Amino acid sequence: MLKFDEIQKRLFEEVADLHELPEGAYNLRTNGKAADRKSTENIEIISKEDGTGIDIRIKDHTVKQSVHIPVVISESGLTETVYNDFYVGEDCDVLIVAGCGIDNCGTQDSEHDGIHRFWVGKNSKVRYVEKHYGSGDGTGQRILNPQTEVYMAEGSSMEMEMVQIKGVDSTERTTLAELEANAHLVVRERLMTHGTQQAISNYHVKLNGEDSSADIVSRGVARDRSYQKLDLKITGNAACSGHTECDSIIMDEGKILAVPSLEANSVDAQLIHEAAIGKIAGDQLIKLMTLGLTEQEAEEQIINGFLK
Amino acid sequence: MLEFQNVSFTVDDDQGKKEILQNINLVFNEKQFIVITGPNGGGKSTLAKLIAGIEKPTSGKIFMDGEDITEMSITERAKKGIAFAFQQPVKFKGIQVLDLLRIASGKRLTAAQGCDYLSEVGLCARDYIGREVNASLSGGELKRIEIATVLARKSRFSVFDEPEAGIDLWSFQNLTRIFENMRNNISDSTILIISHQERILNIADEIIVLKNGTVVKQGSREEILPEIIGTDSAVDACAALRRTEVPENA
Repeated sequence: MLKFDEIQKRLFEEVADLHELPEGAYNLRTNGKAADRKSTENIEIISKEDGTGIDIRIKDHTVKQSVHIPVVISESGLTETVYNDFYVGEDCDVLIVAGCGIDNCGTQDSEHDGIHRFWVGKNSKVRYVEKHYGSGDGTGQRILNPQTEVYMAEGSSMEMEMVQIKGVDSTERTTLAELEANAHLVVRERLMTHGTQQAISNYHVKLNGEDSSADIVSRGVARDRSYQKLDLKITGNAACSGHTECDSIIMDEGKILAVPSLEANSVDAQLIHEAAIGKIAGDQLIKLMTLGLTEQEAEEQIINGFLK
Repeated sequence: MLEFQNVSFTVDDDQGKKEILQNINLVFNEKQFIVITGPNGGGKSTLAKLIAGIEKPTSGKIFMDGEDITEMSITERAKKGIAFAFQQPVKFKGIQVLDLLRIASGKRLTAAQGCDYLSEVGLCARDYIGREVNASLSGGELKRIEIATVLARKSRFSVFDEPEAGIDLWSFQNLTRIFENMRNNISDSTILIISHQERILNIADEIIVLKNGTVVKQGSREEILPEIIGTDSAVDACAALRRTEVPENA
């Protein structure tokens, strides 16, 4: 990590918990360029010929291995669109850590639009962690518009953890997934917006195969004058089960729009959605205050727990 | 230790003002296990909330160790050593039992230390320490965790608002054992319980009967309990069961 400056190191820590170079395969990208890369015997990372991003190829039967592909931007005024395509073989069990951190101290907007596409092979298990973080006190905006597409083959499973807790001024994230028979998708999204930030999160999951399932839970906290829109849609095209849950805490002058929707095109599709928006319950604050916390400390504990 | 001087509490309702408590004068001493009973609507829970600072008196003063705490916030009173167990334990999304015990104790308890508090309230600690304090827990489990958070505070003045409310009889039998233990191990603290249950009243040093917002009886257990047994101020949790017992030869 010697070649990175302090800001870049901090961003890598925030988005990928990296204090040093990770074990396994990795591709570290800073300010629009690949800064460091390592492929392993089973996981190959190669640049796309047209220079628009990278392909990550994971061989069949690759188990207990990981790939880290974090991106950091510390220059003001940099805008990029990057395609990362993951080809996960059959019978794999892998961890993929992505994420983007932007530090913008300047006056121009910085923007990273990561397009992540996954082709998950038969009976493979993928755990995907994506964290987004912004810092810097410039007037330039920190903008992240990630798009995630997931194509899941028979018997595969994927667990996605998407986190955006701090500092991103504007985000519009789109997650699309198509599942074949017996494939299972679990998504846990956590969003916190503050100041005048805007976050829009769209999901469309198509359950195409018999006994496929999806469980999508989005928890959000909108503080100050921020805005969140959560649009969670599941389409059931076979005997499948789907569940979406939007659970939001609204504070100050925040605004939240939750648009859960379900579409069943098969009589055997079982789909459920839940959506709730509310402020922090008064009795929760009182309980924590009787344990010695101030009102502000109690609020922090409640939000930390909620977004944990 | 704690004193109410002429405390009244009034709320506005459809018919105008309603007096919930009227000119309450009470002194709660150290090393005492005090039970407040009386009919529903008599003002018991309000009195408990006034102690914790969740409600403020309309008039009158509350003192702790001679210091006027009437205007002190909930947090300040907690820091002075007042703890409060809710009648309806509060649920949280994402906050785990260990988190709550850590907040309560003000220390970064290890899992093992957290487990000690859970064991004290009769919960198999390993199964609960990492659970979220949410609706997946039963009423009895939440109640025990609520009591464990009060124990973890090591407070000087602990108030329990109807610990028997909302739990089944089986859980109640076990809960009374926790209070019996507290009674036996009382050191310099005061324990105040709002309860109608005879088993709790049976271990009281002092009993206070509150009715229509005023103290109608106050004194030692030996003095008060015989006067209230069989009324709705001293309910035998198992009497109902015994009445419905099926005769052996039926």
